[in-house]
Amino acid sequence: MQHLRWLPAAADARARLSTLDRAGSDVWAQARAFAGTRLDFVASNRLDAIVQRNNGAAPPADLAAPPVRLAVLGSSTLSHLQAPIRVAGLRRGIWITTYENNYGQYLQELLDTDSALHAFKPNAILFAFDARSLTQAVHAAMDANGAEAALKDAEALILQCWQAARNRFGCPLMQQTLLDIFPSVLGNNEHRLPGSRSWFVRELNFSLRRLADTHGVDLVAVDQAVSQDGLAAWHDPALWHRSKQEVSPSAGPAYGDLVARVIAARLGRSYKCLVLDLDNTLWGGVVGDDGLEGIVIGQGSPLGEGFVAVQEYARELARRGVILAVCSKNDEANAREPFEKHPDMVLRPADIACFRANWDDKAANLRAIAAELNIGLDSLVFLDDNPFERNLIREHLPMVAVPEVGDEPALYPAILADAGYFESLGLTEEDRLRTAQYQENRAREQLRATSSDIEGYLRGLDMKLIWKRFDSVGQQRIVQLINKTNQFNLTTRRYTDDDVTAIMADPNAFGVQLRLLDRFGDNGIIGIVIGRKTDDVVLLDTWLMSCRVLGRQVEPATLALVAQLSREMGASRLRGEYIPTKKNAMVRDHYAKLGFSVTACDPDGHSTAELALPGFEPTPTFIRVTEG
Amino acid sequence: MTTHEGQDKIYAELTEIFREVFMDDDMTIAPELTAKDVPGWDSFKQIEIMVSVEERFGIKLSTREIDGMKCVGDLAKAVASKQGG
Repeated sequence: MQHLRWLPAAADARARLSTLDRAGSDVWAQARAFAGTRLDFVASNRLDAIVQRNNGAAPPADLAAPPVRLAVLGSSTLSHLQAPIRVAGLRRGIWITTYENNYGQYLQELLDTDSALHAFKPNAILFAFDARSLTQAVHAAMDANGAEAALKDAEALILQCWQAARNRFGCPLMQQTLLDIFPSVLGNNEHRLPGSRSWFVRELNFSLRRLADTHGVDLVAVDQAVSQDGLAAWHDPALWHRSKQEVSPSAGPAYGDLVARVIAARLGRSYKCLVLDLDNTLWGGVVGDDGLEGIVIGQGSPLGEGFVAVQEYARELARRGVILAVCSKNDEANAREPFEKHPDMVLRPADIACFRANWDDKAANLRAIAAELNIGLDSLVFLDDNPFERNLIREHLPMVAVPEVGDEPALYPAILADAGYFESLGLTEEDRLRTAQYQENRAREQLRATSSDIEGYLRGLDMKLIWKRFDSVGQQRIVQLINKTNQFNLTTRRYTDDDVTAIMADPNAFGVQLRLLDRFGDNGIIGIVIGRKTDDVVLLDTWLMSCRVLGRQVEPATLALVAQLSREMGASRLRGEYIPTKKNAMVRDHYAKLGFSVTACDPDGHSTAELALPGFEPTPTFIRVTEG
Repeated sequence: MTTHEGQDKIYAELTEIFREVFMDDDMTIAPELTAKDVPGWDSFKQIEIMVSVEERFGIKLSTREIDGMKCVGDLAKAVASKQGG
């Protein structure tokens, strides 16, 4: 059993680590690249030690994601999992500091405000209970009522922990599912023994899913990983007796990755787009040489069925919001022909949001794909059967995820799934409509190309901006946008679910979500503004917008709305703020362009600007603004 | 392979493992080395060593064998006997 099989092997791990160890300062970028290789737990530990020594307690500057302070709470030995969790964060460019409770003291530490846990001030908590501690009362002589009562007790304990954590820290919570480490005592029909510990664990895992949804807790589904990999890959009974490590050290890196991908998803840092090679990745053979009839795809051949499975999996991902793109060395007409004409193809032209088939190198094409889709290169996963192309991308674009796949297409879906690139904590309506939205964008591009002037184009779009105050229906998308928008984001302040709830309840603040519709379709929620009023000034705490609606006059239309809302609150001035980051230079002059006067500008680029409301006249636009 | 060559190979691998676990690229080991001689060799490092040895040599060490080990030489002997089949 090979953990982290989607990562390329780390050649000469020890020699390279010792070089990195001696490198001196600023090892983060190199360490991050190294974390993208398949490291065993010992190498992981060393990589972590190097980063810790190099950076001390402080994360490197300019990380896209806010630093995470993760408390890992449980009842068995968890210290060996801390470094692998931090390394898995490093793999995704997320700085994670971890805290582990004193052995067995998780509940006391949660309840005691003087505890080290409180001093740590976690902004994320993972509950990692071991199966033995939660099944102490369960035994084979129990009847059904006894087992039912024991299950209720275990649920109550877990709920108590969640509630205590929520009340005291108000941060995102994660719950690790339980490992079914118990040998069966009945056998195939284990479920007929009410007091079976193995069956109890499975029932509790089932309850956890229901409870987690009710209470807004995210699961770290170790049980799913174990059911795929086999218990022996995750748990060693002899090690439990020796050290009370329920997850064995060899599985630490896999465990860390499960945790980090849930954290990444919560921060809006999951990958967004699957870029597909064509020849020998989506079908067998080379379409340019073998022709439409010669490629291997479809039922009737084992290889062709394998490629169908790859395409079906890609389509399933697309249906839940992953963007599909094509990057292929081919003449474009040849590359498109199977999508348009081959009867056995699963993927059709409408499934592909961005199609690049030419003879340029693939690094250039991936850059072009990211630019066209308006997403970062660090949102791309590149699937290619060719090791040369994979290594080229790893070398030139280390932020692109490139799964290590062999030449067996039948295995590609499982490798992609195991890698957890597209981890999602739930679906928003936007996710379901995403591919259609990219298709609509192309229709807009065509209108733009045929319009003689920009005004004609904008008028022809027939745009409607529908605004709504923050509400629980839109909350998931609001939090997602707040945490993943980097470019058109004036202040890059990141907020959690709880922060957003607090804004909804604050009478001196407003949060608005903006949806843009036009004749080609619904662009979804594309903008967020948060204002906070003090005296007669509304401070624009957050103003962000999706780059895909740039150049559509959304900014002045939004300002007109913000001015109106602020006036209604009794404000006479708007104050905007620009906090520079690596990625948001495009909005440096946002407020000046909208007619604000710049009132202060630090040498580091941080500026504030003000707009007097009494004399303010909104700029006319081609957008109708309505509340919805 | 002679016993002697086999021993050298095992010690070379063990040296690699100890260097990785203790994050010390200059570490050397000898048969008489014990946990008391190495700063930081606690029960967790002990487990890291054992799990690494199992993975690297493709063997499984029993609780009895691990408990019976007093020094690196005992570990090397256990590896040799498991590898020998």
